[in-house]
Amino acid sequence: MLKFLSVKQSSDSRRTFLRKSVALVPIASIAGCDLTATTSSNTGTPATQAGASPYTPVFFDAKEWAFVGAAVDRLIPADANGPGAIDAGVPEFIDRQMDTPYAHGALWYMQGPFQEGPPELGYQLKLVPRDVYRMGIAAVDRYCSKTYSKTFAALDTTTRDTVLGQLEANKIELDEVPAGTFFAQLLQNTREGFFCDPVHGGNRNMVGWKTIGFPGARADFMDFVNQDGKPYPYGPVSIKGERT
Amino acid sequence: MAAQKKPHVDAVIVGFGWTGAILAKELTEAGLKVVALERGEYRDTYPDGAYPNTIDELTYSVRKKLFIDLSKNTVSIRHGVNDTALPYRQLAAFTPGEGVGGAGLHWSGVHFRVAPEELRLRSHYEERYGKKFIPEGMTIQDAGVSYEELEPHFDFAEKVFGTSGQAYKVKDQIVGDGNIFDAPRSDHFPLPAQLNTYSAERFGRAAKELGLHPYRLPSANTSGPYTNPYGVQMGPCNFCGFCSGYACYMYSKASPNLNILPALKQTPNFELRVKCHVLRVNLDDTKKRATGVTYLDAAGREVEQPADLVIVAAFQYHNVRLLLLSGIGKPYDPVSGEGVVGKNFAYQNLSTITAFFDKDTYTNPYIGAGGNGVAVDDFNADNFDHGPLGFVGGSPCWVNQAGTKPISGIATPSGTPNWGSAWKQSVKDNYLHTVSMDAHGSNMTYRDVYLDLDPTYQDPYGQPLLRMTFDWKDNDIKMARYVTGQMHKIAEAMGPVAINVYTREFGAHFDTRRYQTTHLVGGAIMGTDPKTSVLNRYLQSWDVHNVFVMGSSAFPQGIGYNPTGLVAALAYWSAKAIREQYLKNPGPLVSA
Repeated sequence: MLKFLSVKQSSDSRRTFLRKSVALVPIASIAGCDLTATTSSNTGTPATQAGASPYTPVFFDAKEWAFVGAAVDRLIPADANGPGAIDAGVPEFIDRQMDTPYAHGALWYMQGPFQEGPPELGYQLKLVPRDVYRMGIAAVDRYCSKTYSKTFAALDTTTRDTVLGQLEANKIELDEVPAGTFFAQLLQNTREGFFCDPVHGGNRNMVGWKTIGFPGARADFMDFVNQDGKPYPYGPVSIKGERT
Repeated sequence: MAAQKKPHVDAVIVGFGWTGAILAKELTEAGLKVVALERGEYRDTYPDGAYPNTIDELTYSVRKKLFIDLSKNTVSIRHGVNDTALPYRQLAAFTPGEGVGGAGLHWSGVHFRVAPEELRLRSHYEERYGKKFIPEGMTIQDAGVSYEELEPHFDFAEKVFGTSGQAYKVKDQIVGDGNIFDAPRSDHFPLPAQLNTYSAERFGRAAKELGLHPYRLPSANTSGPYTNPYGVQMGPCNFCGFCSGYACYMYSKASPNLNILPALKQTPNFELRVKCHVLRVNLDDTKKRATGVTYLDAAGREVEQPADLVIVAAFQYHNVRLLLLSGIGKPYDPVSGEGVVGKNFAYQNLSTITAFFDKDTYTNPYIGAGGNGVAVDDFNADNFDHGPLGFVGGSPCWVNQAGTKPISGIATPSGTPNWGSAWKQSVKDNYLHTVSMDAHGSNMTYRDVYLDLDPTYQDPYGQPLLRMTFDWKDNDIKMARYVTGQMHKIAEAMGPVAINVYTREFGAHFDTRRYQTTHLVGGAIMGTDPKTSVLNRYLQSWDVHNVFVMGSSAFPQGIGYNPTGLVAALAYWSAKAIREQYLKNPGPLVSA
């Protein structure tokens, strides 16, 4: 624990995340809490609801949770272009996804035999997303401990970027799960969590949509079909009717 | 286990997408007692397409809620006859539907007819370019039905679908700025063309400057309120951008659920049973006559449904598989070239150009409609001289802005990293300023590209998966590269700051990981000779006369346009033959 917290932090959002997730210290001020807090009190949902108070992961353990936060924080960082994956609640999104049929591989054909083939024939592993995360995180942490004497989450941002780049390029040998597969899983779910409707626990306060100018669930452009190259005047709304 | 036996019906329909719904309507109108069996769930605009919950990219586009459940139904795929096929485990390259409405519930709505010469492709090329022009191993054929015969059915299907478009000519008279290459029409589109998005308008302008002939896509998304011949009402499309992969919350995109099912529900001689998975078509001892079908019901019990007429109306490859599992027609053998079931399997040969504009040009790509856009047909079908080019086939090109969404749709200029601040900067800079355009090419058929049953992989019910043996051939890559080159000129004329081009290199293998289209065709093809086709010109099995097989599985090869319009017209054409000829005198409608 202390080791995590003593690491030099690169951004407020990451520091906030690690304090919330590892030390589980309640944080009072979180972006977007007004709307989600209202929702929570109305429905009596538990305190784990997005934004109302620190989210307690269900699938990931503390070490895995630290990894997820430290990784998604680099994949979509908070920077001059606005909030990043941590602010958007991407770790919570991914944790919640782990309890869906998708993460159990239930949407896929998962009967054997499992054989390797040309890459164009697509995914052929027996691993479902839950396995890919569990095995992948452990393997990357082992690699980082061996190479840098630190877990991934304890590395500085430059080194984390180096490791992520090597995973993406499949240049690190991981046991059980190919590095490229693990990276692709993480990147895909991170983008999902940044850009999905907030109803899924990510894109908190619609920060992902605001970054790029996507109007969310407005879904009525009758008067704006052709604006002759001019911008659309309205900001996003979510399925639950949140606005900014 | 002894199957439970249901009371006899006149006709049983396997699958309730577009063709199942069309045949159900036609056959109940003829007074038949009809049961349709759909393996998926009951689905309708409400609740499956209800606002706001349907405006959910993660659930529909990404987790693909309305698409087929691969855990129960998939195919195996290999590139060559000597390779081992592996299962298509995750939906990507193509996304068939499941549930009431089938792929017709989640389609986009591009509603074309067909270029007449594509119905007699071999004859046409031989006549214009000579027999030697068609490469060795290419197995293109004539369909056995002409455009003139299908025209009334194209016309009626447009009226059922409430299709928006602008004709060029009606009854040989010029009526507007439609597609000058269009096949002859007997009537206008039931609704005027939809508005143009800015991106489509710019594409059209650039194409015109280059001397090409842009036109507005025929779209089964309504440009205004509409009541179809079955008395079903549709509302005007508002360009919400959630068409492909979604049920339309505005009642604007044609679907079997919206345009036909409400009328069928008023029909006492029609019954729709859902969660019924058909295992086989049953044949009598002569193997020349079907006695009905056997299916698994929602509780997993085996049920026999006797019927005089069996309409196979599932998705393209399910139709082929059901014929193979039922022993209807001789399976195709790529070595001898004999047999027919599984022969002439083809796909759509898509290339895409993405143009990135400056920060003051807003294309707002989330605004859109699935069937909407501006296209050129100058390089489609045989609208241009193939002689010096040396390939068979062609491709319409278009901007079809159907609603680009952030998780699945954001393009960045080549060389942009996939993550980090540089990626974020790029998506912020480009998302609202991007135009995507496609060359939606045809794909020819080849001796060693076919469908059969997989020797290893099975579905959860113990039946073999269908095996696809498919790869790209030089002819089709040559065509795609030529037409993409022409489209590139249009893209450049639009004045973007950067252009990405996706088209296949020679030698590229079929990549199942990348979405292309769900336009799979062939495998149970129609034709003029039982030695070279599964079905006669009325979609009737040559071998088992009371089995009719609908769908794009009947196409002898790929076409340039989207297939749904031809699928619907063929279904009405077949239904007419059943009603006017077959029911009076059941037997082969064409003597072999």
